[in-house]
Amino acid sequence: MALVLTEEQSMLRDSARGLISDKAPVSHLRHLRDAKDPTGFSRELWHSFAEMGFAGLLVPEEFGGSGLGFVEAGVVMEEIGRTLMPSPFLATGVVAASALSRGGNAAQKSEYLPKISNGSLLATLAIDEGAKHRPLQTSLQAVRAGNGFKLSGAKALVVDGHVADLFIVAGRTAGSAGERDGLTLFLVNPKAKGVAIERTIIVDAHNAARIELANVEVNADSVLGEVDQGAALLDGVLDIGRGAVASEMVGLSEEVFNRTVEYLKSRKQFGKLIGEFQALQHRAAELYVDIEITRAAVMKALQALDTDVAKAASSVAVAKARAGTTATRAVQEGVQMHGGMGMTDQFDIGFFMKRARVCEELFGDANYHTEQLARAGVLRRGASFNTRCRRPA
Amino acid sequence: MTDLKASDSETADLEEFRKQTRAWLEANCPPEMRKPATSDADVFWGGRNAKFASEPQRIWFERMRDKGWTVPDWPKQYGGGGLSAAEHKVLRAEMAKIGARPPLSSFGIWMLGPALLKYGNEAQKQEHLPKIAAGLIRWCQGYSEPNAGSDLASLQTRAESDGDDFVITGSKIWTSYANYADWIFCLVRTDPTAKKHDGISFILFDMTSKGVTTKPILLISGYSPFCETFFDNVRVPKSHVVGTINRGWDVAKYLLQHERAMISGMGERGVGRPLGQIAADSIGTDAQGKLDDAMLRGRIASFDVDEAALAACAERAVDLAKAGQAHPAFSSAMKYYGTELNKRRYEILMSAGGVDALEWESERSRQGARPRAWLRTKANSIEGGTTEVMLGIVAKRILDLPGA
Repeated sequence: MALVLTEEQSMLRDSARGLISDKAPVSHLRHLRDAKDPTGFSRELWHSFAEMGFAGLLVPEEFGGSGLGFVEAGVVMEEIGRTLMPSPFLATGVVAASALSRGGNAAQKSEYLPKISNGSLLATLAIDEGAKHRPLQTSLQAVRAGNGFKLSGAKALVVDGHVADLFIVAGRTAGSAGERDGLTLFLVNPKAKGVAIERTIIVDAHNAARIELANVEVNADSVLGEVDQGAALLDGVLDIGRGAVASEMVGLSEEVFNRTVEYLKSRKQFGKLIGEFQALQHRAAELYVDIEITRAAVMKALQALDTDVAKAASSVAVAKARAGTTATRAVQEGVQMHGGMGMTDQFDIGFFMKRARVCEELFGDANYHTEQLARAGVLRRGASFNTRCRRPA
Repeated sequence: MTDLKASDSETADLEEFRKQTRAWLEANCPPEMRKPATSDADVFWGGRNAKFASEPQRIWFERMRDKGWTVPDWPKQYGGGGLSAAEHKVLRAEMAKIGARPPLSSFGIWMLGPALLKYGNEAQKQEHLPKIAAGLIRWCQGYSEPNAGSDLASLQTRAESDGDDFVITGSKIWTSYANYADWIFCLVRTDPTAKKHDGISFILFDMTSKGVTTKPILLISGYSPFCETFFDNVRVPKSHVVGTINRGWDVAKYLLQHERAMISGMGERGVGRPLGQIAADSIGTDAQGKLDDAMLRGRIASFDVDEAALAACAERAVDLAKAGQAHPAFSSAMKYYGTELNKRRYEILMSAGGVDALEWESERSRQGARPRAWLRTKANSIEGGTTEVMLGIVAKRILDLPGA
């Protein structure tokens, strides 16, 4: 596969860009933030998204979706990154839709996937418990009870957690924190007895929540995938989320960079355009190269996800690590080169810096993914790069 | 999604090509040629005085040459393999998979060939390209001059018109392997009165021509890959000018894109084993099997990420070019990053080698191969245009930032 967009993918990008830049420029996020909007995104816009086929982009056609791939999902995520539009697309359209498509049984798929496609159901993955993304450290207890399970524990940074109609919760049916075996994914109704949800207003004004489960009863039909064997499904789904967030970071990096370069061409100091100063030219050029290299790594990862999600781990780790580092650099240079203006709330640049920080933590930061690569391959004899990244046992 | 059928059959053809290529390489690449070259003597450069370092090296070269795969993507009539860009990509991937070395290293392949294909006349193509493909003539590049390094266009070597000939006088510096080269592709000033870029011509001549002398330059690595080259009234037919007289800058720039792409790829041709393994062999691991130097471990891991990302970007650069979407200055971006990354690789290798990597003249160190290679990489961000020049090109030509 060539690492360039096909004609169809470019058309998809143009239509996503058209809709998003028109209906949800950065001022859209600013407005939601200032109004302390209880939903945190525009439901109207989400319905337009669904009508254009974006909500069900990854959902197979038999369940009312478009049946497209991760490169296409990445194209949409990148456009979301350009304007920082808050949208259920990541949690529902990408992560939850993939979890259900891949792990769901026939009944689960036909119940949930059509609703995701038509925009009527919001779903989200509840995974992290500690301060950092450590999926195997899951300790939320899932104890067998009657025909089902009782879930107890807490989850942090559940994206769209306060508005979701369905949680996909990682719990432990066996083993202990740190172990790979014994993880199980459950479909949990947020309205079920024992579920407590706290919307956490986070730094980037996007949606997140903490949730607590106290003896929440779910029946056996609520298991997504196999009991005790959820890690493999979870790995694949998380890698999809990572690829998507990496795309969002490419979009936001490029947008903040473009704004910065325009500023360098218009702002005068010491009687010159500041873009004439070699010190700034070289920093801008370095950042451009960083973004281009990251873009290629992300495309590579998305294509790998489309080809074989189980083998995509190393490419995804490279992509997420690079995207995190590059986005961090892009927003820092963006603020610095905008000078004092970059520090003001009135200016948009700060919004990009805040979102980059959140994206960096989502599904593992650059250190986490670099470490995964190091553990799995750097010290393993005889492994070439493509086969290097295996999950630690 | 409507084009799926057409691309399906294309994919099937490519898969067939992949299968055949894999089988051919498996049958024809000697095991000795599936390891990275360990020193310059281990690399085959071709030329009139070429010697093979080993029998497997000869066999590998001859088999690849006979298939046209020293230059797989050149047209068949010029000794190439006539492969499409997609097939070429497959061949490279399959060669990489078994660690197969390039059968022939050559500035003729990397630099002059592409320029001749674009700017040469038919006679020049027929004269030179097949000889490059077959490794018969070794070329060197006469670009830099003592007072015109990165400011290449200020070069002063004169070519004065005398009937059907030019008479060339002047000197070049940093002429890689000029002392081994058979022919030179050279930038000369054919109109001293024109503006800096407008009076330059691109000309080819034999290094055995009367008036040509070379003198190696000893470097900090203890080697002399570069030479000073002097021209004292060297007589060259005007028919040896490639492209239009006084329009050599166009050829030069085009060729530089290939040179930059070549230099940025140096990392790939470096040490074959992953850095982590090399480091673990020399430093050892702790009780958990982790490299017993946490900071170095982190540096290696970050390096691996960046190297993998750069490889993706190099692949994408080829795909963009094929799709007609490449920015002509993008090779400067790749050159900058690739060379800086290669320097990082060798800093890590030196650190991983510790005191062992300091040995300069000893059997065990293969006569200081590692420190010499480390010192060699320091030139990467200077040769072919410095990192600063590359960043300046990116800033002005890609980002369109105002001139200072």
